[in-house]
Amino acid sequence: MRHTLRQIFRSGKFVVGFSIFMMILLIVIVYPLVVTHPPLEIIGQGTFFPPGIYVSTYDAINAPTTYMLNLTDAAAKRVANKLKNEDRLAMKEWMVAAGVPESEIDIADTESLLTLWKRHYDPNKRMEGMTFARLRYYQRVNAAIEGLLSTEAAIIAAKNRETGALEEVSAVKQTDYVNISEVANVRVLALGTDNFGRDVLTELVRATGVSLQIGFVAGLIATLIGLTLGLLAGYIGGLVDDVIMFFTNLFTVIPGFVLLILISFSIGQDKRGAFTIATVIGLTSWVWTTRAVRAQVMSLRNRDHVNLSKLSGHSIPYIILTDILPYIASYVVMALILQISSGILAEAGLSILGLGPRTTEVPTLGLMMNWAMIYQAPILGKWWAYLPVLVTIALITFSMNLMNTGLDQVFNPALRD
Amino acid sequence: MAGEKRVCLSGMGVTKIFGFGRTRTVAVDHVDFKFHEGEVVSIVGESGSGKTTLAKILLGLINPTEGEIYFQGQKRDIRTHRKKQEYWKNIQAIFQDPFSSYNIFRKIDSVLMDCIHMRGGRWLPHAKKVEMMAEACRFVNLKFEELTNKYPFELSGGQMQRLMIARIFLLKPKILLADEPTSMIDACSRATILDYLMDLRNAIGMTLIFITHDIGLAYYVSDTVYIMERGRFVEYGSADEVILRPKQAYTRRLISDVPKIYEEWDLSTV
Repeated sequence: MRHTLRQIFRSGKFVVGFSIFMMILLIVIVYPLVVTHPPLEIIGQGTFFPPGIYVSTYDAINAPTTYMLNLTDAAAKRVANKLKNEDRLAMKEWMVAAGVPESEIDIADTESLLTLWKRHYDPNKRMEGMTFARLRYYQRVNAAIEGLLSTEAAIIAAKNRETGALEEVSAVKQTDYVNISEVANVRVLALGTDNFGRDVLTELVRATGVSLQIGFVAGLIATLIGLTLGLLAGYIGGLVDDVIMFFTNLFTVIPGFVLLILISFSIGQDKRGAFTIATVIGLTSWVWTTRAVRAQVMSLRNRDHVNLSKLSGHSIPYIILTDILPYIASYVVMALILQISSGILAEAGLSILGLGPRTTEVPTLGLMMNWAMIYQAPILGKWWAYLPVLVTIALITFSMNLMNTGLDQVFNPALRD
Repeated sequence: MAGEKRVCLSGMGVTKIFGFGRTRTVAVDHVDFKFHEGEVVSIVGESGSGKTTLAKILLGLINPTEGEIYFQGQKRDIRTHRKKQEYWKNIQAIFQDPFSSYNIFRKIDSVLMDCIHMRGGRWLPHAKKVEMMAEACRFVNLKFEELTNKYPFELSGGQMQRLMIARIFLLKPKILLADEPTSMIDACSRATILDYLMDLRNAIGMTLIFITHDIGLAYYVSDTVYIMERGRFVEYGSADEVILRPKQAYTRRLISDVPKIYEEWDLSTV
């Protein structure tokens, strides 16, 4: 046993797959201990907030200490942040029309652009063919730049309770800074929010956990059924074999996914919990395990060690458990890994079609895909709502298939180096 | 000589057919035989002549398509598991390939322990069981202390086959069926294995059925020889009778196929 394990961990493919899988598992276990927010809590008003660190503006103004930092590039950065690319292009257009050589204007360099603008802009000058609206637009852009460049403080005012008049409370100077650790409310939304305004990362971790559980339960059910039927059909043979193979063939010719869709549709939305779905997936995907196990057992049942066990007076269940099962155990483990990964994929497929678990309690990877699809995240370019989900599904199935290939190379003598 | 002894295993028209239609193969074709108590019988034939199939029928591992087998004068009845267990207390086997005869996941102790349990020793104290296993190992010149807690695949082929004999020593069956027990063993170990088998036969007085392709070996050990060709017994009788005065061309061919040290090997019949 120890020898086998050592041999398995010498296979590079298995180790890579195993590490990826363990990493995912570790994140699923550790993350909820660190971040304790409920995964399906709706925190954002509005859809698809982009990833980033969210600092409460109110708390930033009311931070206990304000620090004064004189940073030379602060003003330029402020302007750069405000000045949109279309405004820059419009400014360039004006200046070119006013006779400034095009090669001198660099719209990416905010400072030189502003110097040029201040030197050449004349709000009353009318270019030939320019509409009045366009003239006004340039005046507005100019005013905005003037405002940006002003060094006056912003006034914070509060309403007087009695009179209702605004009274100055404090002023925020351009050189005022707060330390982010002193701000009471900062929320890191590493993957932004989804269409319901929920934290995507927290939701994703929970969904990965649930999907792994679904895959595990589905894989376990499928493998157990497949193994039991395969062992019985292969070892006992005769009529038992005929009956079992009749049902197996029946299930083989009906496409599993169609059966899955029909069953989960007929269960109904409100009865479809995550584990109901897992059971349904398990009950529709055992056929290949049965066929494979049966074939393996048939080649084993006439071996001498089985004959010797019979001669020692052992019963059929005992022979199956001690003389057949250990010989196919490695094969069954490989089948189980494949069943788990295909279970996760089947759940994702079902949920994208809207036939997954009901949506109020737990997220699953498939459901997250479904929500992103319904709210058109791909069309709106909100990549954070679906891309991380896709990557997670791909990583899980990739790592499991890699483990399977690694095991295959260890246990299959024909593939051994 | 044979007539004085009691018949312990006999068969009438035993036939085994595998497959049907175009793949129909007659492995054993209406054979009749009478094996007497305490005798050493050899069934000799080339590869594919149906020896091993016949052995499995005799052991009750597969059912004959036709024909009856009589055990100790009565028709053999192994329809239920309990009756099979009872039958297997009387007939045991040693297989050709010691490397595939053991379950690689079970330790040597449990292989021998099974035999004690089968002989009704399940409730014996542990020390007594160990003593019995050690005795069996000593019989075939193995040390139980060295074997305990080991797996069968840690032994050499010869040791495994000797362990198989130790197993028979514990079981003490009435009939032992040895299906080419020495063909996977090198020539040196072969003689020892045969010696132990003969010793064991003398010690517990069992009938020994040898299945072999080696007519020289058959002549060396047996009282009675059956020659098998394509599922049929073509010739049988006492060893001297069959081998020194063969009647059938097939028997003569088998004899001439045995390489002899001082003569040129006759390959004309191959």
